Amino acid sequence: MIDQWTWITGRLGLESFPFVHAWQNPTTSELIGAGAASVVVIGSAAVFILLTWFRLWGPLWRDWLTSVDHKRIGIMYVALAFVMLLRGVLEGAVMRTQQAAGLGGGFLTPEHFGELFSTHGTIMIFFVAMPFVSGLINFVMPLQIGARDVSFPVMNQISLGMTTAGAALVMISLVVGNFSTGGWTAYPPYTSMDFQPGTGPDYWIWAIVIAGVGSTLTGINFAVTIYKERAPGMHFFRMPLFTWTALCAAIILIFAMPPLTVAALMLAADRYLDFHFFTNDLGGNMMNYINLFWLFGHPEVYLLVLPAYGVYSEVIATFSGKRLFGYPSLVWATMVISVLSFTVWLHHFFTMGQGANVNAAFGIATMLIAVPTGVKVYDWMATMFRGRIRLTTPMVYSVGFLILFVIGGLTGVILANPTIDYQVHNSLFLVAHFHNVLIPGVLFGMLAGYHYWFPKAFGFRLNETWGKIAACLWIVGFSLTFMPLYVVGLMGMPRRTVAYTDPAFQPYMLVAVVGAAIILAAVGALAVQLYVSIRDRKANEVFAGDPWNGRTLEWFTSSPPPEYNFAVVPEVTQRDAFAVAKAYGDAYQMPPEFEDIEMPRNTSFGLVLSVAAAALGFGLTFYIWWLAGLSLLVIVGGMIARSFVMQTERLIPAAQVEADYRRWIDAVHAAAPVTRDQEGSPQNRGHAVRELPEGVV
Amino acid sequence: MRLASVSVAGGCAAETGSFLDPQGPIAAAQLSNLYEVTAVTMIAVLPVLVLVPLILWRYRYKNSNAEYAPGWDESRTLDLFMWGIPFAIVAFLGVLLWRSTTLLDPYRPLDPAVEATRVQVVGLDWKWLFIYPDEGIATVGELAFPADVPLALELTSDTVMQSLIIGALGGQIYAMPGMQTQLNLSAETPGSFFGENMQYSGEGFHTQTFMANAMSAADYADWLASVRQVAVSLDTTAYSTLAERSTKDEVRAAFPTAVMSNGTVAFMLEDADLFNAIMAPYRGSSAIPPTSQPGSPAYRPLTSIGNP
Repeated sequence: MIDQWTWITGRLGLESFPFVHAWQNPTTSELIGAGAASVVVIGSAAVFILLTWFRLWGPLWRDWLTSVDHKRIGIMYVALAFVMLLRGVLEGAVMRTQQAAGLGGGFLTPEHFGELFSTHGTIMIFFVAMPFVSGLINFVMPLQIGARDVSFPVMNQISLGMTTAGAALVMISLVVGNFSTGGWTAYPPYTSMDFQPGTGPDYWIWAIVIAGVGSTLTGINFAVTIYKERAPGMHFFRMPLFTWTALCAAIILIFAMPPLTVAALMLAADRYLDFHFFTNDLGGNMMNYINLFWLFGHPEVYLLVLPAYGVYSEVIATFSGKRLFGYPSLVWATMVISVLSFTVWLHHFFTMGQGANVNAAFGIATMLIAVPTGVKVYDWMATMFRGRIRLTTPMVYSVGFLILFVIGGLTGVILANPTIDYQVHNSLFLVAHFHNVLIPGVLFGMLAGYHYWFPKAFGFRLNETWGKIAACLWIVGFSLTFMPLYVVGLMGMPRRTVAYTDPAFQPYMLVAVVGAAIILAAVGALAVQLYVSIRDRKANEVFAGDPWNGRTLEWFTSSPPPEYNFAVVPEVTQRDAFAVAKAYGDAYQMPPEFEDIEMPRNTSFGLVLSVAAAALGFGLTFYIWWLAGLSLLVIVGGMIARSFVMQTERLIPAAQVEADYRRWIDAVHAAAPVTRDQEGSPQNRGHAVRELPEGVV
Repeated sequence: MRLASVSVAGGCAAETGSFLDPQGPIAAAQLSNLYEVTAVTMIAVLPVLVLVPLILWRYRYKNSNAEYAPGWDESRTLDLFMWGIPFAIVAFLGVLLWRSTTLLDPYRPLDPAVEATRVQVVGLDWKWLFIYPDEGIATVGELAFPADVPLALELTSDTVMQSLIIGALGGQIYAMPGMQTQLNLSAETPGSFFGENMQYSGEGFHTQTFMANAMSAADYADWLASVRQVAVSLDTTAYSTLAERSTKDEVRAAFPTAVMSNGTVAFMLEDADLFNAIMAPYRGSSAIPPTSQPGSPAYRPLTSIGNP
C-alpha cells in the first residue's frame, strides 16, 4: 500500500475488491464472490440506466424519495425487503448447495461460507423481516385507525433512510472488503480486534447501529401514532387486531433495540478505542455481550411474529366471512406474549454454565409463551369454524402457517427444555426451528399481507393463479429444506459447518438442496406474478377500494387512497367499523361538507441523512476518517438546518378533497357489486355484495 | 435413573455420536426426555393438524350445506379450554423440566461415592487439548477414560468461545477464556464416541473433532502406558506451538514423534497445573497483546508450525 494515500483511502486498497481476488486466484469460491459483486454492480447500473432511459428520476424524486406519506414509505420498506430477500434466499441456496456437496469438502472456502451465513442471518433479520414488518405496519396501521398519517412523518422518512443506509452497507460489503464471519449474533471475542482485525465485524456493527436507530425511531412513531391519532370512537378495544399487534411490536421495539445498539457500540469501543468490555483480557467478559444481545434478540423474534399474527387475524376473519373469534382473548394473548418475550432471553445460552435453577426458571418461562400462542392458533381455527372460507392466496399462506407453525411450536417447547437443549443447541435442529418460526410464521404472514393489501396500495389485484403457485412452492420448499435439518440436528450435525465427515448426513442434505431449489422457484413465481399482475392491471383494477369484502377501516377509502387517506375522518362506534357501516347502509354516503386538509410537505431531509449515515458507516469501517467526519458534519448540520424550516405543511383545499371523494364514490357506484364467487374474476372492481344475514356485522 | 435407550437413526453410534443412540445414562435420559416432551406437547398440536384441514374442507365457500354462523365470535367454554389445556400441559411439562434440569445438571457429580476420572479440557483453534493432571499427561485428538468410572471434565478456552459435546454420552457446555465450566459424563460400556466443537470458531471449526474412548480399567492402564511411551514434553515452547491456529493434522506434523498409532498426539506435562496457568493471564491485570493471544492471526508462538 502506498502510505501517502492512506489518509484518503484508509484501509481501502486494491485487495479489498473480490474481482482482484478472483483474478489472482480463480477458484470456484472466489468466482462466486466476484459473481455476486458483479450482480450488485450490474444491477445498480441497470437500475440507473433504466431510470434515466424512461425519464423516471423526476417522479422518483417527487413521489417517492422525498415523500413523507406513510403509504409510500411503507411501500418503499417492502420494496427494500424484497430486494434484500432475493439476496438472502440466494445465499441460503448457495449454503445448502455447499452442504449438499460438503461431505469432506465442497466448493466454498470456510472463510467464504462464514461470510455467507453471517450476511444471510443479518440480512434476513434486519433487512428483510424488519423492513417488511415496518413497511406493512406503516402502510396499513394509519389506515386502520382512521388517521391521516403517522404522528411524525419526517421521522418516518428518516427511519426508512437509516434502515436503507444499513442495508446499503451490507450490499457494499459484497463489492468492497469482507463481511464478518461471526454470524448474525457477532459473539465476541471471535468478533474482537484480536481475532478479526479486518473490516468484517465493523461492517456488521455500523449496519446494525445505523439500522437500529431507524428501528427505534419507528417504534416510537408507531406507538405515538396509535396512542394519539385514532379516529373518534376508536377505543383500544375497537382497534383491528393488526393494529394491536403493531402497538405491541412498537413497544417491544422501543425496549428491545437499545440493548442491541448499546452492545454493538460497546463492541465498537473495544475494536476502535481499545476498550475491554468483551475482550479476553483485562476483565472483559463476552458473557455480558451475549446477555445484552439476547435481551434484544428474543423480544425481536416476537416483534417480528406479532404483526404476522395480526395479518393472519385480518386475513382469516375476512376470507372466512366472519367476525374474528375471541377478540379479547387474542388481544390479551398478544399483550402476554409481549411481556413474556422479555423474560426468556437466557434460553439462547442454557449451555453457558449457569446453575440448574436459573436454567429451569427460564425454561419454564419459555414454555409459558406457548400458552398464549396456542390460544391464538385455536382462536383462528374457531374463526374459520362455521365460516364460508375462500381459499385465496393469503388464505393458502395462512393455512400453511397454521399447520407448519405448530410444528415450530413443538420444537420450541422441546428446545425450552435445558436438558434437551444441551444436546441440540448449536445444531441444525436449532437452525430448523428458527426457520420454522421465521418462514411459516413471519414470512408467510408478510406475504399474505402483501397479497391482501396490494390492491389497497396500487389499485389492482395481484394474479391469483401465480399467487397460489408461489404460496404452494413456499410451503413445499420450506418443508423439504428444513424438515431434514431437524433430523440431522438430532443426529448431531453442528450449524455453520462448511463440511462434515459423516456420510449419514448426506441424504438429508440432498433433500434440503432440492427444497432450496423449490424456494428459489417460489421467489421466481412471486416475480412472475408481479409482472403478470402489472401487465393485466386494467382488468384487475379495484379503485372502488373493497376487493375482499373487508371489515376494517382501510377498505373504507379508494384504492389507492388519497394522500390524506380519508376525506372525512370516520366516526367509530364498534369493532370492524367498515363492516358496521356496510351493515347499516352508512358506507359510500356523501358527507355534509368537506374541509381543507393540512398535510406535511415533501422533504429531502431523510434522504440526505440516509446517504450521510451510509457514508459515515463506510468511512468508519475503512478508517477513512475525513469521510466519517464530513458525514457526521452533514448529519448534525442537516438537523440544525432542518430545525429552521418553518413551512413544513401544505394545505389541500376542500374543493380538491371533494373532487377526489366524488371520483371515488362515482367509481363505487359504477362498479357492480360482486359476490365472493366472483372475487378472483375481472368483475371484481372493489365493490362487495354484503353476504351476511340482516343485522349481523 | 437408567432409562431404556431407543435406537432411532440406525446409524453407527461411534460415527454420528448422537444421543439418538445413547451410550451413557445422561444421553439416555435426555432422549427419553425428548420423547416425553414431544408426546405431551402433541396433545396441543395434533388437534390443529387434524382439524384445520377438516374445517377448511367442511366450511369451504362452495359448500352451502355447512352451517354458517357469521356472528359467533365468543364462547366462554371454548376460551376456558383454549387457555386451560395449553396451561395444564405447560404446568405439567414445567414440573418435568424442573426435575430433569436439576437431575441432569452438567455440574452435578454423577456418583459422589466414586472418584471420577478428572480431565481438564482446553479449547484451542482448532483442536481440544485434554490434560490428565493426575497422570501428568495430555493428549490431542483423543479423550480416553475408564468406562466404569464417571468422567469429570473441567473446561476452559485459550482462544475464542467454544462448545464441547460428546453427543452419545451427554450434552454440550461452553468453554470460555479465563473461565472454567464443568461437564460430568459417563459411559454405559466401553466404546468409541464422536466428540466435537459446536460453537463456530473460524476456518478450521469443522475439523475440531475428537474421539472419546471409554475403556476397561486394564485397557486404560495400557493406554496410559502407550501415551507415556511417545509423549513429548509440553513445555512453554511446545504449548505455544500447539496453541497456534492449526488443525489436528498440522499438530501431528509439528510433533511427528508424539503421534500414537491411532493418530493421537501425546504430551508429558511439565507443569501439573497447566490448566490454571492457561487461565491465569486472562485474569491478570496486564493486557494480552495480539501477538501473545492464541487464535489471533497476529499470534507469534515461540516456535511456529509454519502454516500461514
